[in-house]
Amino acid sequence: MHDRTLTELAADLAAKRVSAVELTKHFLARIELYDDALNAFVTVTAEQALKQAKAADERRARGDAAPLTGIPLAHKDIFCTAGVKTTCGSKMLDDFVAPYDATVIERFADAGAVMLGKTNMDEFAMGSSNETSYYGPVHNPWDLKLVPGGSSGGSAAAVAARIAAAATGTDTGGSIRQPAALSGITGIKPTYGRVSRYGMIAFASSLDQAGVLTQTAADAALLLEAIAGLDDRDSTSLDEPVPRYSAIVDEPWERVTIGVPESFFDAGLNPEVASSIRAALKEYEKLGATLKSVKLDYIHLSVPAYYVVAPAEASSNLSRFDGVRFGHRASDAIREDLATFYMRNRGEGFGAEVKRRILTGTYVLSAGYFDAYYLQAQKVRKLISDDFARAFREVDLVAGPTSPSPAFGIGQKSSNPIEMYLNDIYTIGANLAGLPAMSLPCGFVRGLPVGLQLIAPPLAEGPLLKAAHHYQRVTDWHRRVPETYA
Amino acid sequence: MSWEIVIGLEIHAQLATASKIFSGASTRYGAAPNAQAALLDLGYPGTLPVLNAEAVRMAIKFGLATGCTISRRSVFARKNYFYPDLPKGYQISQYELPIVHTGSVEIELADGATKAVRITRAHLEEDAGKSLHEDFAGMSGIDLNRAGTPLLEIVSEPDLRSAAEAGTYMRKIHALVRYLEICDGNMQEGSFRCDANVSVRRQGETKLGTRAELKNLNSFRFVEKAIEAEVQRQIELLETGGRVVQETRLYDPDRDETRPMRSKEEANDYRYFPDPDLLPIVIDDDAIDAVRATLPELPDAKRERFGAQYGLSAYDAGVLTAQRALAEYFEEVAAATRAQPKVAANWVIGELTAALNRDALEIGASRVSASALGALLDRIADGSISGKIAKEVFEALWKGEGTVAEIIDKRGLTQISDSASIDALVDQVIAANPTQAEQFRAGKQQVLGFLVGQVMKASKGKANPQQVNEALRKKLG
Repeated sequence: MHDRTLTELAADLAAKRVSAVELTKHFLARIELYDDALNAFVTVTAEQALKQAKAADERRARGDAAPLTGIPLAHKDIFCTAGVKTTCGSKMLDDFVAPYDATVIERFADAGAVMLGKTNMDEFAMGSSNETSYYGPVHNPWDLKLVPGGSSGGSAAAVAARIAAAATGTDTGGSIRQPAALSGITGIKPTYGRVSRYGMIAFASSLDQAGVLTQTAADAALLLEAIAGLDDRDSTSLDEPVPRYSAIVDEPWERVTIGVPESFFDAGLNPEVASSIRAALKEYEKLGATLKSVKLDYIHLSVPAYYVVAPAEASSNLSRFDGVRFGHRASDAIREDLATFYMRNRGEGFGAEVKRRILTGTYVLSAGYFDAYYLQAQKVRKLISDDFARAFREVDLVAGPTSPSPAFGIGQKSSNPIEMYLNDIYTIGANLAGLPAMSLPCGFVRGLPVGLQLIAPPLAEGPLLKAAHHYQRVTDWHRRVPETYA
Repeated sequence: MSWEIVIGLEIHAQLATASKIFSGASTRYGAAPNAQAALLDLGYPGTLPVLNAEAVRMAIKFGLATGCTISRRSVFARKNYFYPDLPKGYQISQYELPIVHTGSVEIELADGATKAVRITRAHLEEDAGKSLHEDFAGMSGIDLNRAGTPLLEIVSEPDLRSAAEAGTYMRKIHALVRYLEICDGNMQEGSFRCDANVSVRRQGETKLGTRAELKNLNSFRFVEKAIEAEVQRQIELLETGGRVVQETRLYDPDRDETRPMRSKEEANDYRYFPDPDLLPIVIDDDAIDAVRATLPELPDAKRERFGAQYGLSAYDAGVLTAQRALAEYFEEVAAATRAQPKVAANWVIGELTAALNRDALEIGASRVSASALGALLDRIADGSISGKIAKEVFEALWKGEGTVAEIIDKRGLTQISDSASIDALVDQVIAANPTQAEQFRAGKQQVLGFLVGQVMKASKGKANPQQVNEALRKKLG
């Protein structure tokens, strides 16, 4: 049951070959069995899940089921869930129970989907390995000694190990695509503003975007069409109609031109990963796509620009965690003077990586440094956007690697922030330019999955998902499951 | 040594929107602490601001009324600092690109001359909450009802040259925002308050002196007194060889002095940057025209019209147009009565205002409606009651004793104007005051007043004084 795609499960539910309660029990049992080793979940909401599943079955019996009614999903612990702990992977929010549902949660609930629980993540989504979580690292289902990628590492591991049918994630610099690549699954980060950020705890507001991690592009299409679209509660959400992605992916393949930025195949890319990507591009040629070399002149500046803009926004976004109204309050801190009160609450509540970024962000926004860092980074961001816009005048999609290497060892890069930051070298560009992008499984290197990244013009999620789907019709990388979880 | 005083004001006008600038919570004053704080106002994780369009319209309204440029594109920025009554750890304000900039208002100086005070900018921002430092067993309480209330911060150029000018300018802006109905102007509740940047320089010097910023001045009187105290302090300092330090100071009304609020060493670096949660405010010509169509007649224009249309003195026109509601009340009275507009003006400025003041009421809560006052003035005009009796009727109206006709009727106040009755009264008085009657006949005109008074007294004030006057002259002539 668990190795069936979400699309197949939806069909099973519709045909009443399985009930939502049976399906939910099955996944809860698998979580019980495997999650001690994986650590993919921070909170499992078994009781609530079974209630939702029962309600879903009743809804189906009444005849008003939606395609997702009864589908068990896992949600990244960055989305606020009414009555259920929302930790954002941080000690700061260890006891935080949100009084409301994020728009993403609300829309899935309206569709009748079942929430299995909340998944582990890098603290406040700051990390590329899921090692910065207060709740400990998540283990890669392909090799428990390795990281699953981050920051949506729990979601990626849960889908890869088939302990959830699919999962939500967020992507600020690659946090959906990179773990999808390292865990051998499909992940999509939509256009900035396509999915509401309301109720999603902010890391870097101008870059954050919610998306999904799934087995297949068709699954992603089904989920995305349920959550995308205007939300009056998020001023940056886009007022654009939401196409039926699940119908678009099945439309016949048309000739597309795929741009290949040669700078993505530089010395920083693992040569075996490079071969996998080249092979995937060949596969596209066989499908009838035309490959064309494109130049992204400023893409090499994306990591430094990102590590100015994102920490700057984060330093401000995380100021609200002061221990006054919610969140961690150090014992007896209330008796201290105000400055000490803040320092103790925040000093104890935040982990090292979060502190590093708050410090960096505070620095780049400071008087005397603002122009040299923040403004300069904004200029670079514009140049990178322009690069992509220029490329998309000639090509329909841009393709390349998602991550420079396959999954690495837990602890291997955690002492070197720069090396860790370079994991996102190929993914950050799409965030800076606000573009939709995906990662899909395209091969293995020494038993570890490799991800192909596809980037599309703004709001071209339809063509993007379709290109991924047609690739997945002729390949089976996405159907491979680590032996233990098969 | 002669000193020139240089003052610029930053006025914070709380915009009279029903809900907050970025959340749906009510802005009503006086609710229980934290009863009017939405999750956004509490700074809850995941919440996002959504701009209240009414606040934007109000800012445009102010801009149009002061000849300012309305920015086609303006941007919200975050002002970052930590304080418990600032729940997000930043205040959403406008920094580099305010919604309104570069305009002016004209103020009238004590000598009757007028002066243009330039407005640098007016920008939208959210208010912070309140810290309550008493009654919490040595701890501070936080009330976030006010957090997120929309403010328009109106910044003037340093064009003001005395405490009195600053007070006049502040009153002018106060009247204007109330006219525009964008702020209730309630200073006790903090809806209208200001900071003053004060410096002094030697006469003839062109460079500005170092300024002190006086914070949170919430009455016209305090603004003037605080500035006077601060100017005095700076001059004394400079004349004894000292140096003014740029700092924020607070005015202590009990001791009539200013003192430093926080020292320069602690000066905050607010790390302003554009708020990524909000799109730039884009305003096109249509939006501006739509607001322009809702602009009321402004105080200056109204004052001129009152002079021309009603033949009122500059003073009367000024008093009547100081408040939009008072001006509207006057126009209603003038339209409702056959009496001269000047008479209507006297009654509104005199009896009515006195009664309002006595009972501490706003004009909107007047116990005598404009139509009732109009009816009362009609009765004076047609001679059925005297001005003196009219005051008695007005008091009765105020107490709610009925309509003008009912009160006059019930109290038997109708003026005596049939000549037979008046003649009889006049005869009585002449007979009772032979000496004075003789003096008048001998040419002592002043005595007439006394005799008229006696007739009026005999009639309990109801005799028509004009007729009494004529009858006396005839009989003694």
